[in-house]
Amino acid sequence: MQLDLSNNHFELFETDVVFDIDVNKLDTHYQQLQRVLHPDKFAQGSDAERRWSVQAASRVNDAYQTLKNPLKRASYILELQGLMLNEETDTQMDPMFLMEQMELREALDDAESASDPYAAIDKLIAQLGSQIDEHSMAYSNSAKTADWPEARKLVRQWQFLEKLKQEARQLEARLDDAEG
Amino acid sequence: MALLQIAEPGQSQAPHQRRLAVGIDLGTTNSLVASVLSGSAKVLLNERSESSIPSVVHYGDDGAVLVGSQAEAKAVADPYNTIASAKRLMGKGADDLASTLFADRYVFDTEKASIPAFKTQAGNKTAVDVSAAILGTLKDTAEKSLGGELVGAVITVPAYFDDAQRQATKDAATVSGLHVLRLLNEPTAAALAYGLDKQQDACVAIYDLGGGTFDISILKMQRGLFEVMATAGDTALGGDDFDHTLSHWLLEQAGSTVSKDASAQRNLLSIARGIKEQLSDHEVCEYSIPLENGKTYQGKVSRDQFNALIEPLFKRSLKACRQALRDANIEKSAVDAIVMVGGSTRVPLVREQVGEFFGKSVLTDINPDEVVAVGAALQADILAGNKPDSELLLLDVIPLSLGLETMGGLAEKVIPRNTTIPIARAQEFTTYKDGQTALALHVVQGERELVSDCRSLARFELRDIPPRVAGAVRIQVIFQVDADGLLTVSAIEKESGVVASVDVKPSYGLSDVEIEQMLSASMEHASDDMKMRALQEQKVEADRVMEALNSALQADGDEHLDNTERSTIDQGLSALKIARDGDSTESIKSAIAVVEKASDTYVERRMNASVRKMMAGKQLADVEAETKN
Repeated sequence: MQLDLSNNHFELFETDVVFDIDVNKLDTHYQQLQRVLHPDKFAQGSDAERRWSVQAASRVNDAYQTLKNPLKRASYILELQGLMLNEETDTQMDPMFLMEQMELREALDDAESASDPYAAIDKLIAQLGSQIDEHSMAYSNSAKTADWPEARKLVRQWQFLEKLKQEARQLEARLDDAEG
Repeated sequence: MALLQIAEPGQSQAPHQRRLAVGIDLGTTNSLVASVLSGSAKVLLNERSESSIPSVVHYGDDGAVLVGSQAEAKAVADPYNTIASAKRLMGKGADDLASTLFADRYVFDTEKASIPAFKTQAGNKTAVDVSAAILGTLKDTAEKSLGGELVGAVITVPAYFDDAQRQATKDAATVSGLHVLRLLNEPTAAALAYGLDKQQDACVAIYDLGGGTFDISILKMQRGLFEVMATAGDTALGGDDFDHTLSHWLLEQAGSTVSKDASAQRNLLSIARGIKEQLSDHEVCEYSIPLENGKTYQGKVSRDQFNALIEPLFKRSLKACRQALRDANIEKSAVDAIVMVGGSTRVPLVREQVGEFFGKSVLTDINPDEVVAVGAALQADILAGNKPDSELLLLDVIPLSLGLETMGGLAEKVIPRNTTIPIARAQEFTTYKDGQTALALHVVQGERELVSDCRSLARFELRDIPPRVAGAVRIQVIFQVDADGLLTVSAIEKESGVVASVDVKPSYGLSDVEIEQMLSASMEHASDDMKMRALQEQKVEADRVMEALNSALQADGDEHLDNTERSTIDQGLSALKIARDGDSTESIKSAIAVVEKASDTYVERRMNASVRKMMAGKQLADVEAETKN
């Protein structure tokens, strides 16, 4: 058997296609792969070897970054199931979820003018964090029972939550910058 | 040649042939070259016994080029022909000049807007020319000191350098005749010099305040594996700015009686630098400034006054520190050590406040001016193949996001900042008009949403797209960032598999054609000796290629190749043998290229198989190690 770069990310890391992977094992495997195929190992190699090494190392980096991040991993599993996310027809969302999102978004807008904006942001990020954890656990269950429509719904909501969390972090950065 | 390195032990090449390689710190203010000598990295001295040379080049009216302290000595008398701090203009365009301190100090030719050129009496010189002159001088120093030719150099760049600045650095090396083994980020080099790679598990911050740039990097170390978690910085902040701020203040003190001419201003700047250095060891410094009327102004300045002047500048560095910590997603308290790099970290305010910020005392054991070159030398030694058993591996990141211009002047991120490199990302495009055969792409780098706030890297034109109805063609554009952090773009039409040709127009830099011209211009002036040397080098290279490939073929050629593939390679090899015995450097070069192209697939199959084997071995070794523990 050969190292086949056209394998999917899980195959590349010799793991089963499951959401609950062993992250330590993933890290170790990644480091072993890079120690063998990183371009630094071929600084004295031929052009062909160097090209191969850049390609192989890029492929491994890409796969690692996808599998390491829970949301990207979850989306990738859906992709392997043939389910594409963010289609143009994806306009429908659970109304309850949307209501909650609007409230969280208002909390973010208010945070900037709060008496202690950092505390307000921290609180919001903690809230988002626990919602993300819930989604991640629910996804794991849906994936185990191969309930892909449910899994897909959860990933779409999860994307919303991550985006909001990112915006909260950006606000924190803006406040830092204003402070000088 | 790595083909042999991954072969069975015992088949390996002559073992004790040490290859000469150096690390170069190409700095804004000073430049150094270092190499590993009998096991430890040392800075190499030039014939004047200097460990570092000022990054200054003087162009004489007779065409003579002076580099280093000899050039610096001309700075006051001949300011326009003496170029200093050219690193600040690497990869910059004429429209960037206004925001630098250069505009009022030099005369520029900005007719070719892509790269500004200093007008000197020896003609127009770009920052790449100036850097190439410095690199050439360091190369000479190294070859004289080490007594042989260099196989290559690791050249350091600020971690925050964008693609254009990295490319300009590599271009300068090419023009100076240096083979670049790797562009290495300065903070990573500093961590190597401190031997922090030997830590079991540590998180290190590298605070690098040089003459012209500031970088902060957060690195994670795990048994020889270096992972850059985040990097941030300010490409226009450094000790030079302290000098300028202080010289403005001095000017205010002395009144308007200081001459406005360039020499007097230069002089004022060196007085300011002198005061800054004095204040590192003293609380108060007395100074005198020559005035236009022949008298001198006497004054004194305290460390507290100086601190108050530079504090706003210093604070900008802490802003970048916070950014890097946020990107790395760690708290200040998680940082185990702080390494100080760059001459400007000698300023007491900097050391105290950085220590205070992280809540830990900072590391200053290694000379902050030499630490980067020393680390680069260690990495060069490994990349040259002198330490095949080294466990060290650097996993670096791209410092700024790469994006594409989309509708409405918005930048869409293709590769986000702090992604581990090398990395490739594919993006699909289609045509929007019937029969469209070309597509223009604009690549930018930066974090902002508007294209106009990002740095323009290049414009690409995809040509030869098969004419179809709008939206029918699917073109996959691949953005590849290599281990040096440099971007290349290629495109494939998905249906036909036709590779669309990509015309690259760097926004601020030299095209391949221009570099070729600079190279051939330097070759024209080269003596016959040098041409003979080039031929000899090419013959050695040919021997290496043939030897490596033959022994590989002997080992497993039958396993990986069918008869047609084998005979194509064999034909290439016999053609190379003939070329090698001739005396045309170019023919040997192209014969090598043919052989390498023919053996591409073979190399790939062989590498895949070897990686498999090695991975299996490593996993076995790990299991054994675990059982032993």
